[in-house]
Amino acid sequence: MITEIRWHSRGGQGGWTASNLTAIAASYEGKYVQSFPAFGPERSGAPILAFTRISDEPIEIHSMIYNPDIVVVLDYTLLSPNIVSGLKPGGTIITNYTGDEEQVFKALGIKRGDYKVVLIPASKLALEILKSKITNTAMLAGLVKIGLIKLESVEKAISERFSKPVAEKNILLVKKALEEAREV
Amino acid sequence: MSRLELIPKYPREKQIMLNVNGDEAIAYAVKQSYVDVVAAYPITPQTIIVEKFSEFVANGEVHTEFVAVESEHSAMSACVGAAAAGARAFTATSAQGLALMVEILYIASGLRLPMVLAVVNRALSAPINIHNDHADAYLMRDAGWVMLFAENVQEAYDTTIQAFKISEHPEVQLPVSVHIDGFFLSHTLENIHVLPDQAVYEFLGGPRKLAKVKVDYYDEEVDYALDPARPLSMGNLALYDYYFEMKIPQLKAMEKAVEVIKQVNEEWYQLTGRKYGNGLVDPYMVEDADIVIVAMGSSTGTIRSVVKKYREKGVKIGVLRIRSFRPFPHKDVRELLKDAKLVAVMDKAIGPGQYGALYLDIAATLYHEKNRPVLIDYVYGLGGRDLSPSMIEEMINQLLKDLERGYVPEEERFRFIGVRA
Repeated sequence: MITEIRWHSRGGQGGWTASNLTAIAASYEGKYVQSFPAFGPERSGAPILAFTRISDEPIEIHSMIYNPDIVVVLDYTLLSPNIVSGLKPGGTIITNYTGDEEQVFKALGIKRGDYKVVLIPASKLALEILKSKITNTAMLAGLVKIGLIKLESVEKAISERFSKPVAEKNILLVKKALEEAREV
Repeated sequence: MSRLELIPKYPREKQIMLNVNGDEAIAYAVKQSYVDVVAAYPITPQTIIVEKFSEFVANGEVHTEFVAVESEHSAMSACVGAAAAGARAFTATSAQGLALMVEILYIASGLRLPMVLAVVNRALSAPINIHNDHADAYLMRDAGWVMLFAENVQEAYDTTIQAFKISEHPEVQLPVSVHIDGFFLSHTLENIHVLPDQAVYEFLGGPRKLAKVKVDYYDEEVDYALDPARPLSMGNLALYDYYFEMKIPQLKAMEKAVEVIKQVNEEWYQLTGRKYGNGLVDPYMVEDADIVIVAMGSSTGTIRSVVKKYREKGVKIGVLRIRSFRPFPHKDVRELLKDAKLVAVMDKAIGPGQYGALYLDIAATLYHEKNRPVLIDYVYGLGGRDLSPSMIEEMINQLLKDLERGYVPEEERFRFIGVRA
């Protein structure tokens, strides 16, 4: 089985890093993985895409992802009907959001129940714990929440990617985000 | 039913898993290949190779002399000098950088100097573009280099190490280029398995071994290297009196490379449990296929994944991946394609005024067959345009119609994929 994820973020928010961390975490669970950005010069603040594939078999495909199983949105100002474009029927949307879920459905142009929707107050938690608005690690909690990857794999991937004090804070952030993540 | 499986010397559990992109995988392979000299100049999408490798140098992880040159012409010149002095040399480039190297590419092969060049394939300007196609690879087609195309990040690592062995084989002694698709592989992270350093060292037989040559003023054969203790000349003037004869051994070496590439692929299999077809070609379900799609590089995997779905529906279709573009594997290609009815050749670059280069190779290879398949040239992916699964489905559906129709008119034998009308 192959799972395809599309990441929506803005240049500088760490969307590609989140994609890489997800792939690395899954690789610790014996999966074959692939992670790549939508190739091109990256501009700070501009909307960018990144992609992750996780599979039980070696991954042959090397094209972009057109019909993801999961979309993850790091920045809630990007919420629009564009986000669900190509998403498989019954797919999952994981978004950074603090507030009324009806607004999320409205912004996405979908009805409750069309897709599995997971909300994570990532910006709020990142401000509290990291004292910054970087939400990429917090959003990994969404993938743990839906059972795609294990928390311990995410912890290991973060520990190997960042220095100890930074990793510890980010792991705390992921754990807190996992507690507060809710499916609506 | 049980079948005998090969137990490699280093089974997967004895290898190390790395999460790296294609460029990093090549840098890592070079690090393990005991390279004496790396001379390089940065250019997207190859830059990561050189960046990563200079980290290894700065950290003292390699003994390599790293030469930060001022151009690709100089990078290749420095590699020629290093290899002529007996060193194991490596460089990497893309697109315009390769174009600037071309003059010296012919000198490296003409002087029979083993070395490895990683080409991260990128479109040639104009218009300026940093993304992938095979225009740069086609540019060096006749430069006398062994040219190997990798399909994924694992193969990028594997092929880079193999390339040194092929290049330095006593009967080959030719430079080898390893090709990966820019961004599709160079900037894509995949988890791969690598050998321990010592295993690579042993596979390559330690540092470079020099070929022996007969020089008329020495009684015994001497090392083919510039050494003040035993002077010899390289790159002498040879006009109409000797130039022709001096080019023939280059052709023979290329012929020999056909066998050596296969042999090294097999040795790698014994060592790691991984192999890529017979080393020259990597076929998938070709034997009974009515339709075969021929391609090179990373798109081949995407094509294969779509072809598998058609196979499940009972469609007799297969994929032939050309791994060795030079030497071109005529014998295998002829054997694998002669019974097909329709062959679609995928060219990721154009040669204005003619069909694509891969198409020409396939056509020339099949010409002498009695029952030749119908050939169609598909140009795709120029300037990095993605080849999506749905584009491939559309192509296969058209091929099925062609097959049913039983013929393809001449004006329909040159087609484009995913281009605006």
